[in-house]
Amino acid sequence: MQWETVIGLEIHVQLATRSKIFSGAATAYGAEPNRQACPIDLGMPGVLPVLNAEVVRMAVKFGLAVGSRITPRSVFARKNYFYPDLPKGYQISQYDLPLVDGGALDIELEGGGSKRIGITRAHLEEDAGKSLHEDFHGMTGVDLNRAGTPLMEIVSEPDMRSPQEAVAYMKKLHALVRYLEICDGNMQEGSFRCDANISVRPRGETRLGTRTELKNLNSFRFVERALNYEIERQIDLIESGGEVVQETRLFDVDQGITRSMRTKEEANDYRYFPEPDLLPLEVDARLIDQVRETLPELPDEKRQRFITEYALPAYDAGVLTATRELADFFESAVSESGGYAKRTANWVMSELLAYLNKDGLELAACPVTPEMLGKLVARIEDETISGRGAKDVFEAMWAGAGEPDEVIAAKGLKQVTDSGAIEALIDEVLTNNPQQIEQYRAGKEKLFGFFVGQVMKASAGKANPQQVNDLLKQKLDGS
Amino acid sequence: MAIEAAEVKVIAHLARIGIEEEAVAGYARSLSEILGFVEQMSAVDTTGVEPLAHPLDATQRLRPDEVTEPDQRELYQAGAPAVEAGLYLVPRVVE
Amino acid sequence: MHRKTVAELAAALRAGEVSSRELTEALLQRIEQLDPQLNSLITVTREQALAAAERADARLQAGDGGPLTGVPLVHKDIFCTAGVTTTCGSRMLAEFVAPYDATVVERLAAAGAVMLGKANMDEFAMGSSNETSYFGPVRNPWDLDAVPGGSSGGSAAAVAACLVPAATATDTGGSIRQPAALTGVCGLKPTYGRVSRYGMIAFASSLDQGGPIARTAEDLALLLGAMAGFDSRDSTSVDRVVPEYTEGLNRSIKGLRVGVPTQFFGPGLADDVRSRIEAALEVLAGEGAELHEVELPNMELALPAYYVIAPAEASSNLARYDGVRYGHRCAEPQGLEDLYKRTRAEGFGEEVKRRVLVGTYALSAGYYDAYYRKAQQIRRLVAEDFQRVLERVDVIAGPTSPTPAFNIGERVDDPVQMYLSDIYTLAVNLAGLPGLSIPAGFSRGRPVGLQLIGGYFEEARLLNVAHKYQQVTDWHRQVPEGFE
Repeated sequence: MQWETVIGLEIHVQLATRSKIFSGAATAYGAEPNRQACPIDLGMPGVLPVLNAEVVRMAVKFGLAVGSRITPRSVFARKNYFYPDLPKGYQISQYDLPLVDGGALDIELEGGGSKRIGITRAHLEEDAGKSLHEDFHGMTGVDLNRAGTPLMEIVSEPDMRSPQEAVAYMKKLHALVRYLEICDGNMQEGSFRCDANISVRPRGETRLGTRTELKNLNSFRFVERALNYEIERQIDLIESGGEVVQETRLFDVDQGITRSMRTKEEANDYRYFPEPDLLPLEVDARLIDQVRETLPELPDEKRQRFITEYALPAYDAGVLTATRELADFFESAVSESGGYAKRTANWVMSELLAYLNKDGLELAACPVTPEMLGKLVARIEDETISGRGAKDVFEAMWAGAGEPDEVIAAKGLKQVTDSGAIEALIDEVLTNNPQQIEQYRAGKEKLFGFFVGQVMKASAGKANPQQVNDLLKQKLDGS
Repeated sequence: MAIEAAEVKVIAHLARIGIEEEAVAGYARSLSEILGFVEQMSAVDTTGVEPLAHPLDATQRLRPDEVTEPDQRELYQAGAPAVEAGLYLVPRVVE
Repeated sequence: MHRKTVAELAAALRAGEVSSRELTEALLQRIEQLDPQLNSLITVTREQALAAAERADARLQAGDGGPLTGVPLVHKDIFCTAGVTTTCGSRMLAEFVAPYDATVVERLAAAGAVMLGKANMDEFAMGSSNETSYFGPVRNPWDLDAVPGGSSGGSAAAVAACLVPAATATDTGGSIRQPAALTGVCGLKPTYGRVSRYGMIAFASSLDQGGPIARTAEDLALLLGAMAGFDSRDSTSVDRVVPEYTEGLNRSIKGLRVGVPTQFFGPGLADDVRSRIEAALEVLAGEGAELHEVELPNMELALPAYYVIAPAEASSNLARYDGVRYGHRCAEPQGLEDLYKRTRAEGFGEEVKRRVLVGTYALSAGYYDAYYRKAQQIRRLVAEDFQRVLERVDVIAGPTSPTPAFNIGERVDDPVQMYLSDIYTLAVNLAGLPGLSIPAGFSRGRPVGLQLIGGYFEEARLLNVAHKYQQVTDWHRQVPEGFE
């Protein structure tokens, strides 16, 4: 039987505010346990939540970027359950009236073309703390620094049909929230977390199959692996006469499998009701307009502009606009190069990304600045150095040797473009190889390459290859 | 509306309140009585009436995004039942 | 000196007739002597009080004392006080010391008031008789066999017995007005949002409101002036100018339209209370007020709606007491579930458990619409009833409680009967309106209270009416035997 996979994602985006969603405690990552937990985060008696304005602005910004309706009057609710990392015994979240309603994101498909993924909603909520299961005499330690950190949960429609599409959507969303500067996107630190709902059904069937919810998919790679595993598991189960059970499953990174979390899952009854300590959140047109003015150029718009403005192939434009930082790097470099976009693009996409990858560096820590790369491109374009020489310059700059011009001078990489000098070299080579001239003239044209090589060697690689070609041709064929 | 003993146990579990077996019947009785009295509400037709969550028709005020809370962990943990290395200790949570 | 009102004490303090330290010492001594009979205070803060009194005296001497500088009072033990235990009447918080002051505490301290201690109360403010306190029942100074009402029974009894001239209190369904009525003192529940709830331990967040208890309407005005005002730490606090409440106290009430709801004079009302209230209304009429019969058709539904909404919110508000970060924790917990269940079983008393269970049930899946949502719809109907009436009249008047104080132990085993004692007060909380209670006579030696209800933020008008009433009556000047 042919099977079809149906995937929907719930992505928790940690909003990059300075303070928490309902308190004035700091949100910085990595503090000592409970040093960033104030009485509100600790659920102490009598203290009350007050909503952070920036959280609202960030969510509205996201909503505008994905074409959502901003709910004019949204409501916070309490989701009640007991857990040690949930200090109040309830999580403040938006339930039936979320701030961001509807929207869509277009993903590029691997075989070309694009697909629209619907966004059901995005709502605001507070994060819980962390339980540390290391051994404290058989006890668990609770750190509430993360409690009250602002989260936006973005729920997609079940529009994805393969793990690849799910990953493409997740990457697109990841790039978007970073473009919008509403999330640092750091997946190791949990700033961008993904849960997936997945089901399979026979191709052609319109009803959805029973779904499972996969948790703990905290890297693009895990999402793909977990989904692939789960698809196979569900299909095997059905084909062998079993049934998929609706449940939450945890992805086990080490074994690469998903495992049922049913053990503790009683019939959850969260007893939602409107949070009486907070009033309805009204977002008026004025606020929406204010936020709209702060919207940056979005990834899709930027990509399109790169294609038209820089005459780049769609593929290049896609790579270069994958993150806002890379796009900015590219644009600064192009401008420094004097507008040589395609060559700059090639250098960014090949050398720069390869070096970053090799050294495991983020762009922000890159030793070669956009200005340095732009100048290097300019030196290739004005024929000061050859492409080959440029690679040496880049390597030296990466190692901290300084500006391209300094490196070129220090290494003596300046090309020889004086035709007199080149002619002298050619004459010398021809004089030394009379036999080869004879063979060449007798029709062994392949030997032309030999002569070029000899001339280049004689110039220690500094002769301009084009000039060598032209002059050699004149000498050999013309006389 | 009569609340059965089994239901009392479910509610007590949701509320995480331990109830001795011999007290269950008593709770079932008093909860039934309260809920029976609350039942009067069902006699009124409230179709189309918007629920009132807050007495005043006000909207949420927003706080500027500023860190205003200093670290006072030692003060906050002074009355904590069990703390080690700055962490609150609870019996081991089985995942 | 202990018989003096806040206004009188303030005058004496400013005139230098008495120092705050002398006053504080005198009242601390009186507390030591008399409170064992009443059990109105859970904590007495002698050292802090004396230190605060000395600071107040310094201010007074420097000539920058306000109307409350140097005036002693007690706080209901529901208001958090930095460095002093805040128990909320519960074993759960028997040793809890908050690292912060409630806004009310902070404001009164800034005004120079001197805290003598923390007043007893029903556990987590759940009760109408002050019998649910972990620290034992409070007795009514008018009759030691009687309850003082609740949940602010300690605050009311302390003021009635002249242990302090004033106290803070909170009112979720009548917890300021009903004990004020039952102990013959004055109590004001302000408009929801008028007084900050920050640092006030929550019972039912959408109903809770802090307010003062004192012996005269004038004193209530002085106290409210200090307590009220916008607080950025409470999202439900209202940003609105606080009027000078003492200014309009003497305004004539000639032509004032007083609405008298027929529903406040139904079958459950004790005859003595009825006649005392009718007499009080005649006094108002004698001052020129016009009495109008009005209807609050959904009044009866307020009680069941309240007993869904309040427990529902409470069940969630009290979930934080789990033995993890502060408060009571059971010994030797065998696993997490055991920690939760035993801690909460031991830490909470019967009435609290009962209400948490009712609230949990009302919010649980399958019952939400039938209970919680339905109750919120009725809440709107109740609020609309009041709005309609308040378009036609200036204030609403009637009894505060259907009966005078009942005996200790009389209603503890009958929760529904107990709940009925708040039948005239809790509708006001559902609507979020201001209401006050003032003494209006006695029924077989036990006080009867007159309740006045006004439109949103009309506290000044209620205080004006109450003050005019007190200009021509002397019920508020009566002091129980043994406490003169």
